[in-house]
Amino acid sequence: MLRLQGVSRRFGAVHAVQDVSLEIPAGQMVGVIGRSGAGKSTMLRMINRLAEPSAGRITFEGQDITALKGQALRDWRTGCAMIFQQFNLVQRLDVLTNVLIGRLNHRRGLFAHLSSLFAQFSAEERAEALSTLDRFGLLATALQRADTLSGGQQQRVAICRALMQKPRLILADEPIASLDPQNARLVMDTLRQVNRQDGLTVLVNLHHLDVARAYCDRLVAMQAGRVVFDGTPSELNAARIEQIYGVSEAEFHGEAHAPAAEAPAFPVQAAAVA
Amino acid sequence: MGIGYADSGAITSLEAAFRAQRAERRRASVVALAILAVCLVAAAWVSEFYPSTLIAGVPRIGEYFHRIAPTLDWRHLFGGVDTDGSLAAWFYRLDSWVLLLLETANMAALGTLGGVVLALPLAFPAARNLGAPNPIRIACRRLLEAMRTVPEIVFALIFVWAFGVGALAGILAIALHTAGALGKLFADAMENVEMRPWEGVHASGGSWFQACRYAVLPAALPDLLSTSLLRFEINIRSASVIGFVGAGGIGEELYQVISFNYYEEISAIVVLLIVTVSLVDLLSEKLRRRVIEAVS
Repeated sequence: MLRLQGVSRRFGAVHAVQDVSLEIPAGQMVGVIGRSGAGKSTMLRMINRLAEPSAGRITFEGQDITALKGQALRDWRTGCAMIFQQFNLVQRLDVLTNVLIGRLNHRRGLFAHLSSLFAQFSAEERAEALSTLDRFGLLATALQRADTLSGGQQQRVAICRALMQKPRLILADEPIASLDPQNARLVMDTLRQVNRQDGLTVLVNLHHLDVARAYCDRLVAMQAGRVVFDGTPSELNAARIEQIYGVSEAEFHGEAHAPAAEAPAFPVQAAAVA
Repeated sequence: MGIGYADSGAITSLEAAFRAQRAERRRASVVALAILAVCLVAAAWVSEFYPSTLIAGVPRIGEYFHRIAPTLDWRHLFGGVDTDGSLAAWFYRLDSWVLLLLETANMAALGTLGGVVLALPLAFPAARNLGAPNPIRIACRRLLEAMRTVPEIVFALIFVWAFGVGALAGILAIALHTAGALGKLFADAMENVEMRPWEGVHASGGSWFQACRYAVLPAALPDLLSTSLLRFEINIRSASVIGFVGAGGIGEELYQVISFNYYEEISAIVVLLIVTVSLVDLLSEKLRRRVIEAVS
């Protein structure tokens, strides 16, 4: 169970996220919808601690996430894998190594850490990475450089990297916003497959209502940093959208598609050295 | 045209303002140039850079070149070492000079390598975007600054005193100065890498070191290699000079023939140096292109 209690985040005078409280039971696939700037990204990044909450508490199975530091923080990040809009793969490394990056924090002790700096992965680790790639039909690309792949392929490689972390939770921040419809469907299918087959909780930010309705068990709608709806996809019908956002569903899409950038992409500096 | 007639008053006043502004700028430029000229004259006077000395000295430069020029005889140009006026007689110690040149190139190569090894671990914390804690970042930046501010020849003097005359002192001196110079350029290259992979590695639980290794190093690698090879070319030149203080290489020999006024040998060594440096530049340029093509 992931629990957010009164979580807020301010950037100067701007409230990106305001007093959000949510409970997400294990195994759910939750879609977070809202227009650009609604605070979806910031909320997800706070769960992974790429952003720090200004106020409030985030707990996972009773453990306070907001207080974690050092190794404990890295362990938490390994446990809640993040999928990014721009995939965040290392472009100049091959696909296999990119997937193995998900394994970095599984290497315990000084020697294992040092050997990871020389890209020394064991045959078991490589085998696991290859079978994960094989599961999503990406085996043939294993030795190609990441930047030779299409956007859809790169996003699925990012999902493979996430699975290599052996997470209990997947946070996907606009995973299909940079993809064409066909690849978007493929990536969403993959996320649902991970949710259904591996039993992982998936929290996915979307600004496309149809996609959110088609794939998610539960929808959370945000506006101006606040949660304004929390219920089943069928409850969030066109009338409800118009009531919440004051625009029709078609208009909602028109505006949501405009700028892709959500929260400011602030660096992870502070958290990185914690 | 209608607009021109209607606003002719405004145009006239703007034209006047424009002229006034331009005149003002000209005045400022003239004043600045005058101040610069006064400073230059003062500086020349303080450092005893007198035109009369310059005029008296310039012909002496030509005289020196005339003196070190070899006496070559066209008829015996390709004669043996014992024939006066032959190339072989000019370069009569070619074998030992070539060995010394090899040693010089060797010093440059090892010094560059040592500098790279030293610079790399300091560059990651020195790069502003990688979020090393402030005290560590400042310490690394200051250390790199200190190393590149001290010239090789000063390091060489210290190491010759410590380790004795020889190439070791030269290699260490080049390595230290190179580390300082490269470390700064490495950190600059790292500051220019795309930060999304950095976020990706951190988000999967990677440590700072792992993020440096996987997200920054691959992206910066072509730049790092290119600057290192460029530094090697620079270090060939440095290596041929630091021999003057006994730190090995062809410099030591050059210093001796200069102080003993062995004029023909000076020109021979200088010609060899120019040829070597051009050759290394040429080869290194080719190598650099190939390396960059291979890694990017």
